[in-house]
Amino acid sequence: MSLLEVRNLRVTFATETGEVQAVRGVSFTLGHERLGIVGESGSGKTMTGRSVLRLVRPPGRIEADAMTFDGRDLLHASEREMRALRGKRIGMVMQDPKYSLNPVMTIGRQLTEGLRLRDGLGRSDATAKAIAALEAVQIRDAARVMEAYPHELSGGMGQRVMIAMMLIPEPDLLIADEPTSALDVTVQAEVLSILDGLVRDRGMGLIFISHDLRLVARFCDRVLVMHKGLVVEEIEAAHLMEAQHPYTKGLLNCLPRIGGSRAPLPVLDRAGF
Amino acid sequence: MTGLPAPSPQRRLLPVLGQIALGLGTLAITLLGLLLITFVIARIVPTDPVLSIVGERATPAQIAAIREKLGLDLPLWQQFLIYVRDAVQGDLGRSIRTGQSVTAEIARYFPATLELATLGTIFGTLVGVPAGVLAATRPGSIADQIVRVVGLMGYSMPVFWLGLIGLLVFYGQLDWVAGPGRLDPVYDMMMQFTLTSYTGMILVDAALNGAWDVFANAVSHIVLPAGLLGYVSMAYISRMTRSFMMNELGQEYITTARVKGMPEWRVIWVHAMKNVAVPLITVIALSYAYLLEGSVLTETIFAWPGLGSYITDALFAADMPAVLGGTVVVGVAFVTLNMASDILYRLVDPRARA
Amino acid sequence: MTTLRAWLSDPNPASRRQARLGQAWLAWQRIRRNRLAMAGLVIVGLLLLVAAFAPLIAPHDPLTQDLSRRLLPPGTPGNLLGTDDFGRDILSRIIFGARITLYIIALVAVTAPVLGLLIGTVAGYFGGWVDATLMRLTDLFLAFPRLILALALVAVLGPGIENAVLAIALTAWPPYARVARAETLTVRSSDYIAAIRLQGASSPRIIAGHVVPMCLPSVIIRVTLDMAGVILIAAGLGFLGLGVLPPTPEWGLMISSGRKFLFEQWWVATMPGLAIFIVSLGFNLLGDGLRDVLDPRSASR
Repeated sequence: MSLLEVRNLRVTFATETGEVQAVRGVSFTLGHERLGIVGESGSGKTMTGRSVLRLVRPPGRIEADAMTFDGRDLLHASEREMRALRGKRIGMVMQDPKYSLNPVMTIGRQLTEGLRLRDGLGRSDATAKAIAALEAVQIRDAARVMEAYPHELSGGMGQRVMIAMMLIPEPDLLIADEPTSALDVTVQAEVLSILDGLVRDRGMGLIFISHDLRLVARFCDRVLVMHKGLVVEEIEAAHLMEAQHPYTKGLLNCLPRIGGSRAPLPVLDRAGF
Repeated sequence: MTGLPAPSPQRRLLPVLGQIALGLGTLAITLLGLLLITFVIARIVPTDPVLSIVGERATPAQIAAIREKLGLDLPLWQQFLIYVRDAVQGDLGRSIRTGQSVTAEIARYFPATLELATLGTIFGTLVGVPAGVLAATRPGSIADQIVRVVGLMGYSMPVFWLGLIGLLVFYGQLDWVAGPGRLDPVYDMMMQFTLTSYTGMILVDAALNGAWDVFANAVSHIVLPAGLLGYVSMAYISRMTRSFMMNELGQEYITTARVKGMPEWRVIWVHAMKNVAVPLITVIALSYAYLLEGSVLTETIFAWPGLGSYITDALFAADMPAVLGGTVVVGVAFVTLNMASDILYRLVDPRARA
Repeated sequence: MTTLRAWLSDPNPASRRQARLGQAWLAWQRIRRNRLAMAGLVIVGLLLLVAAFAPLIAPHDPLTQDLSRRLLPPGTPGNLLGTDDFGRDILSRIIFGARITLYIIALVAVTAPVLGLLIGTVAGYFGGWVDATLMRLTDLFLAFPRLILALALVAVLGPGIENAVLAIALTAWPPYARVARAETLTVRSSDYIAAIRLQGASSPRIIAGHVVPMCLPSVIIRVTLDMAGVILIAAGLGFLGLGVLPPTPEWGLMISSGRKFLFEQWWVATMPGLAIFIVSLGFNLLGDGLRDVLDPRSASR
């Protein structure tokens, strides 16, 4: 049975000038595999990810024909049931640790909070587990990082903390929303390989949201290409370069190639879609 | 591990001490400016301070003698320096009405104002913060509208008028509270002759003396004016809390907390509130300072023997040293509160400590 | 009508004028949907009408005394809101009082923001020591308690409406200076200012012609929000006997004269207070709505 099934998902925002549909009918299924969602900014990929956790803020509205996680109906689950799923079984890593970590709480408190509140662990047990989690994301000086505030950490370090925080409860599904876009290129690879290793070892499902086609192709098993709130193409990552849809092809053509022609890169021609 | 500062206690405290030093420097400059303004105001008074002392029929020689005694024959800048020197030593001159030291008189009146404004701020914070949070978590709801309108009404109400209406309804009609003044005359005598005064604040002194009947009477006197000031401060605090809270609830770390499965109360009252608290401290301090000042009109209505009454009474007696002395004291309280909130801000916000 | 609306809400305006009018129309649509702001607009409009047509609306002369009709309660035929201790009609006095209030507001509104704009733009534009000095001065005035400073000033200058206005204006300018400076700082380094400078425009010309207009929207919002505070301070000064002199029908003064018989003839003090409250609430509602509409940074989500 599949881990996650989404059928005809729509996310609508009521604005002053009328309704805006950010997601206009997205369907996909996910097993214990790594699914990439690619698209430009505004294509609805982030909203798709957040809808799974039902964390779209009002005035946003989530509708779907069906949305089930491990056999459970996400659309009609109570807020209480959703809370039990969040954190424990579904985690999410967001783009920029500068904003996604609470600036006035120490890393330690943010890491142990879930363990203590949800799992009822004592202070020392929770701390030990948190330090182990930090070491799992290759932070060497874990005890000291526990005492630090987010602004005292570098971006790569912050994102590793974020990954550790989400992986502590060993979820079945992790949504990574542009987890490396805010990081330096050199740090990106490091963070990605940590994420990759952990997901592989623990056999969890992964939704990897990115605007970077090549990264997704290397990192995922399957890719959804989104454009204007719709899935325009679903393709095995290995065959991405043979994509059929003109939009995907357009995106691919905009990438530079080593040894390719030196002419200016083509600009995506939007007239066709 | 490189680039990570050792978070030892000393590291966290030392920059704060530096900030305090810097704050004291700013405080000194601001106070100097404050004195300059009152000095300028005092010098443009059309009434001659000498004439008001010696009377209309003094001889030129007498006038000259007084002028010299008051230092009025010196150049202006020297007069200013003397004024500053005296003020720093706590000498704000002598009241024309009573001939007593203005500093000593203010020391007698100030505790009453402090008591009133403190209680008002406590009321305002206890009601205003939850109201603002409630409004921020349900934007556009009925609760939000009510908080907004009640707040705007507080902004729009003339305090002295609201005080009169309060007296009319709760004292005149319903007789729920005591009337103007800090105590009934009987208890006032008791306070003056049988009890020890520690702070000048009746609630505190009565409690320290264990005189609970005096305490109860003082409560029934203070509850209306303090509630009134509390309402004004609540209007401001709830509004600011709402806007800060709305801002924080839109932040990404709130989503993180929700992803972690944290219950809503914890998301709001721990994760968001810890961030809201940082700017809120400044707001509460500002509102406290505003109440110290706003008590001028309230005290007039409630015959409250505080700084506000002192200043207005002096105003009508054309007692400029007393008026300006009172103005300086309120200004000092204002500036000190601002600085205190600044320091507190740095203690609460880890980003500001660096 | 429909074509005009379509023209105004066209997402691809063809001319600058169309874009500008379209923006204004959108803002108006937004403010019209804000019921509280509309209520504020109605109140402020009523204040203007009442002040303009006071002699036509008022049933009695505000100054004529009639000691045989002293302290009549509200609802008395001919005296809808009752009479005061000199037998003057309270309603008529409130109606004429609107003129005084409006006069004070107008005077403050044309002095304090202008002073603030001048200081703020000059400080922001020139920067350096000019900025440091002017902003220190601004902070100093901001640090000063406003009402007390106004009190001390009036005490020195003597009571009277012009002195009250002067005292209020002298305490009201610092926030405008701050707002104007902040706006100036964002504009100063922009390319179009550099372009004008390269054309040889003088500093006063750049400030007056290109910096000040950019600051105006935020200053206007502040003025509206500030007016309520000005009304309250003016009323407070009047109440203490430091504003307008009797027998002028100023609202604060009227409250103070009704204070003596608060418990017996409550209406004498209550009615003018209601007038102050309603007008100041009107300005607050309007200013609040304007800020939501015109200042996207503080708009509620």
